Amino acid sequence: MTIADKEAMLVDEFSNFDEWMDKYNYIIELGKTLPVIDEKYKTENNLIKGCQSRVWLNADFDGKIITFSGDSDAVITKGIANLLIRVLSGHTPDEILAADMSFIDNIGLKEHLSPTRSNGLLSMIKQIKLYALAFKTKASLTN
Amino acid sequence: MNTKLDLNAIRNDFPILSQKVHGKPLVYFDNAATTQKPQQVINALVDYYKGYNANVHRGVHHLSQVATEAYEDVRKKMASFLNAADSSELIFTRGTTESINMVAFSFGEAFVNEGDEIIVSTIEHHSNIVPWQMLCQRKKAILKVIPVFDNGVLDFEAYTKLITNRTKLVAVAHISNALGTINPIAEMIKVAHEKGVAILIDGAQGLPHGKVDVQALDCYFYCFSGHKMYGPLGIGGLYGRKSLLDQMPPYQGGGEMIKEVSFKGTTFNELPYKFEAGTPSIADAIGLGVAIDYLDNIGWDAIEAQEHALLQYATEQMIKEGGITIIGTAPHKASLISFLVDGIHPFDAGTILDQLGIAIRTGHHCAQPLMDRFGIPGTMRASFSFYNTTEEIDQLIAGIRRVKQMFL
Repeated sequence: MTIADKEAMLVDEFSNFDEWMDKYNYIIELGKTLPVIDEKYKTENNLIKGCQSRVWLNADFDGKIITFSGDSDAVITKGIANLLIRVLSGHTPDEILAADMSFIDNIGLKEHLSPTRSNGLLSMIKQIKLYALAFKTKASLTN
Repeated sequence: MNTKLDLNAIRNDFPILSQKVHGKPLVYFDNAATTQKPQQVINALVDYYKGYNANVHRGVHHLSQVATEAYEDVRKKMASFLNAADSSELIFTRGTTESINMVAFSFGEAFVNEGDEIIVSTIEHHSNIVPWQMLCQRKKAILKVIPVFDNGVLDFEAYTKLITNRTKLVAVAHISNALGTINPIAEMIKVAHEKGVAILIDGAQGLPHGKVDVQALDCYFYCFSGHKMYGPLGIGGLYGRKSLLDQMPPYQGGGEMIKEVSFKGTTFNELPYKFEAGTPSIADAIGLGVAIDYLDNIGWDAIEAQEHALLQYATEQMIKEGGITIIGTAPHKASLISFLVDGIHPFDAGTILDQLGIAIRTGHHCAQPLMDRFGIPGTMRASFSFYNTTEEIDQLIAGIRRVKQMFL
């Protein structure tokens, strides 16, 4: 499935929610149930410093695709982090760099990406893109 | 709850309070961050720009004279509000942060040398920590910290022992922005002065809640922000004892603060202008004056009674609701409650409360050392003004119940 396919699926999923409450309940559910990052990856290095909640992000590159895992001490942040990972994990650096992330807006979570929310999510997207760029550079050097 | 205040009339003075947020009536409980402004203050800003905007102190023309008079009247009003001996002891700044930085720089230049000591407390806002750290770095001085008990009260005995013959200044909050603790500043000032040490009071959270008499307190420096006491943003002040201010060099150079300028050297103006470089926030100062009139008109006894009643009601309701841990249980508290909903991250709870139209603050409240002391990442903080109601507190409690249903 391409990133665009996954984005379309999420937008479709979220279109079922009329009430903000349902949307948040779903995100909370995602935050509670989705797999957490392995404890060994919860390092200072992997910590993205947001003002309000802590977010960890780990990236593994097998030479072709990047696998992301993440966690947060706040459930809503973790739920949204998991949405990002669901969309972007398992893709090549080029695909990740090309993703425009407009689905965040389309599922009505744009407010969470405002820098003033300072919940670390914007930094998380930046970090994901940085990883993609770094791995792409690394791959081009080894090839 | 009995209150002498006509809350309906008061709330009508604050146009912002009648709006809806996410379709729900706004409940504004972030008053410790900034208070809302009454129409009277808003009108004062508009009137100034419409009617007499001009630069102060230097024009021979009519508008400049009107603006200067209005601006200087506020200085007199603030000085008298604080019961300063002389209005030249009242320096206008952008707010508490600038006032503290001013003292940290100018007092530091005049009096602090290598090996000297500055004392702050664990419960300080970053604004009353970082300027002193910077001073200590500049002068190779040492920063010492008054410890705090689990209930949010400063360890007074430890404080008295921290003062040595190398101590040059103590900087402490009147009221903690993160916990609401009202510090015993009269006693703290007395102890400092007995040992010949200057003390600065960060009054950002103090002045909005009651009158302060700097002469009765024998206070040397008292800093405040206009926007936390119903005035405009961008204006605040420093009360400083004249004998000290006279010995301190200027903080910033520029227009207004000089007597004569030549390339051979410059002589500085007298107090308070020595510390007011550049064109001041004239309109904002005038707005602050109107805010003071507004508060005086409501009456400080009524304000304190209403705020105390709200604090008591909210505390009772939170205890009754259960599953809530109040952080900071000092016997003397201002009208704010820092708390955690057990098992729920403050950011999560704050996000849902926001959806319910309830504005509270979540996070470390710019007091990270204090959060570290309590071993928590942050708290939720509801801070009340006299314009808040017990019904709004009921809505907060209902919101917290909703949060628990969603997360637990």
